[in-house]
Amino acid sequence: MTQYVVLSAILFTIGCVGVLTRRNAIVVFMCVELMLNASNLALVAFAKQHGNLDGQIAAFFVMVVAAAEVVVGLAIIMTIFRTRRSASVDDASLLKY
Amino acid sequence: MTNILFEGGEHAIPAVDPGAADGVFAVLWLVIALPLLGALVLLLGGPIARGALDKVGHYVGTAFSAGSFLISLLLFFMLLGRDEGERQIGQQLYTWFQTGGFDVGMDLLYDPLSALFLLLITGVGTLIHVYSIGYMEHDPRRCRFFGYLNLFVAAMLMLVLSANYLGLFLGWEGVGLASYLLIGFWQHKPSAAAAAKKAFVINRVGDIGLSLAIALMFVTFGTSDFAAISEMAGNASGDALTAIGLLLLLGACGKSAQVPLQSWLLDAMEGPTPVSALIHAATMVTAGVYLIVRSNFIFELAPVAQTVVVIVAVVTLLWGAILGCAKDDIKKVLAGSTMSQIGYMMLGAGLGVAGYAFAIFHLLTHGFFKANMFLGAGSVMHGMDDDVNMRRYGALTKSMPVTYLTFAMGYLAIIGFPGFSGFWSKDKIIETALAENWLVGVLAMLGAGITGFYMTRLMLMTFLSRSRWEKGVHPHESPKVMTIPLIVLAALSVLGGVMLAGDWIVGFLAPVVGEAEPHEPPLPALVITLLVTLVVAIGVAAAWFFVGKRDIPREAPHDVSFATRAARADLYGDAINEGLVVGPGRHVVSGLTTMDRVGVDGAVEGGSSAVGGMAYTFRAVQNGFVRSYALSLLVGVLLVLLTLMVVNFS
Repeated sequence: MTQYVVLSAILFTIGCVGVLTRRNAIVVFMCVELMLNASNLALVAFAKQHGNLDGQIAAFFVMVVAAAEVVVGLAIIMTIFRTRRSASVDDASLLKY
Repeated sequence: MTNILFEGGEHAIPAVDPGAADGVFAVLWLVIALPLLGALVLLLGGPIARGALDKVGHYVGTAFSAGSFLISLLLFFMLLGRDEGERQIGQQLYTWFQTGGFDVGMDLLYDPLSALFLLLITGVGTLIHVYSIGYMEHDPRRCRFFGYLNLFVAAMLMLVLSANYLGLFLGWEGVGLASYLLIGFWQHKPSAAAAAKKAFVINRVGDIGLSLAIALMFVTFGTSDFAAISEMAGNASGDALTAIGLLLLLGACGKSAQVPLQSWLLDAMEGPTPVSALIHAATMVTAGVYLIVRSNFIFELAPVAQTVVVIVAVVTLLWGAILGCAKDDIKKVLAGSTMSQIGYMMLGAGLGVAGYAFAIFHLLTHGFFKANMFLGAGSVMHGMDDDVNMRRYGALTKSMPVTYLTFAMGYLAIIGFPGFSGFWSKDKIIETALAENWLVGVLAMLGAGITGFYMTRLMLMTFLSRSRWEKGVHPHESPKVMTIPLIVLAALSVLGGVMLAGDWIVGFLAPVVGEAEPHEPPLPALVITLLVTLVVAIGVAAAWFFVGKRDIPREAPHDVSFATRAARADLYGDAINEGLVVGPGRHVVSGLTTMDRVGVDGAVEGGSSAVGGMAYTFRAVQNGFVRSYALSLLVGVLLVLLTLMVVNFS
């Protein structure tokens, strides 16, 4: 049991650090997915431990949301890349003070 | 209640319910309506019929005033024909306003007191209208001038005819407005505009007193009707009556240029001379005396207020007389003398039942001789190219004989030359004052002496002595339209004393002001009269000695005594106002604005700029980098988790 949670925490941390340090939007996106899946792992693990289906249902919801997010997010990234010839998140910094 | 300065005499004020205005008296309202109509025609008709009004406007104005005079005369004789007990006639025109228990009617009251005022206002007013036809002949705005004069006459008549204080206040403010408009009639002169403003502002101070007095009457009596208040006054508390009396006196001081609100009158001489004669000598400035005599039922029960009236009166009668001694401007000398003579009237009014009738008597005779002299001064100015400096006059007896002779009648009347009207009226006031309090009497006698001095000085400098004319000035007599009013007024100045024959005026006014039991004066009346005449003679002789026998310099000498300098500066009246009222007032205001700017504005603006500054600092967080947003999100989440852990485990 502990191993699942530890793996989940490691995956989440890797995703988190990736989001904060990488510039490429695709990689950032992948890291976000990694974090979502890490939390899915934790949900499923706890569901198995408690012996009910609540956590597993939640995991399905997260997957659905992640799929929808991928659709929208990749479309945005594509558009930005087409207009700017760059997929760096730091380049898209016009919306500021 | 005992009078603190004088022995209070027992008295009974007859409270007569005014009879209805039937028969001829039903036209009473026309007395006010005619000049008011004239003012409307002349002031509002201008844009419609400018050309026609410029040609006949002055005749229209004079005709309305004369019509009012004829009605007044008719009413006066009708009143004389009635029994003494039936000489109070009330006319209720309409309900002015009515809210809840607050009920004010537009009521008129015609009684012996207002009858005399009606004759004075419309009579002298009409003569001055006639005079103005000549005096204002070359003024392009003559039509408007007559409109203002008519407006003034209407307002003044409203003042003396109203049966309640609120209606009186309406007229009171009306004459104030007309006075303002007429002082500033030559508004292209900055000095005239400033004088008008000064008169208006100082009169506001007095008006606060009068309006507070009326408010206090509504609180105390629930009405402002003369007859009702005179019946209820006996039941009111002494404090309330004293307060009302003092507030009324404040109002009277403003309108009648009494110390401490005297400083506007000398400046008011900037107006055209007929205005000075009508408003600032004969009628409007005496409204304060009317107010106090009319309010006799209050002052009789408020001895403190009555004493203050006497003090104010004595101070003013000396103050005005001293001013008159040092001025070189002929109109300002006359203005100082007006102040002083109104002081005498106030003195009479402050002496109570014994003095009311004499105050009104002096008011009437003064109205005659002072209007006469002001118009005479106007006639002199007319012939001297509008110069007012007496040091540029001299030797005018030959070139303007009518003006000289009529002026001399006024002069003899004001100094109290035996037989002339002023002699009878002033003598009576001094006699009454002596009977009540010897100090007041002696001061009043001293005032009479100073009057003799400055009026003789004026006569010597203006008409006698050698000529000191400016080059190119050719003195000439004024046209008939100006000299005839002078002659009529001169005749009245000489004969005005007739009203005292057989104590007629005392008996005539008794239904309004009550009748005093004769007080025994400390000296026989004849001795007092001789003493007064002697004091006046000393004043005249002094003037002859100091002014007549010496050469009068064309420029006012500078190496003069302190007293002369003080009198030339209006006894520092303006400086006192500046120091006591205007200066501190300005400091209070600037303090308040500083407090507003620093305190209130500072708090408000400081608060907003603090928020703005904080926002300026924190907006740097919005740098547009998604990753830094993500970092702050992470930090936030960690903080929340940490807090939860701390809370859960402790």
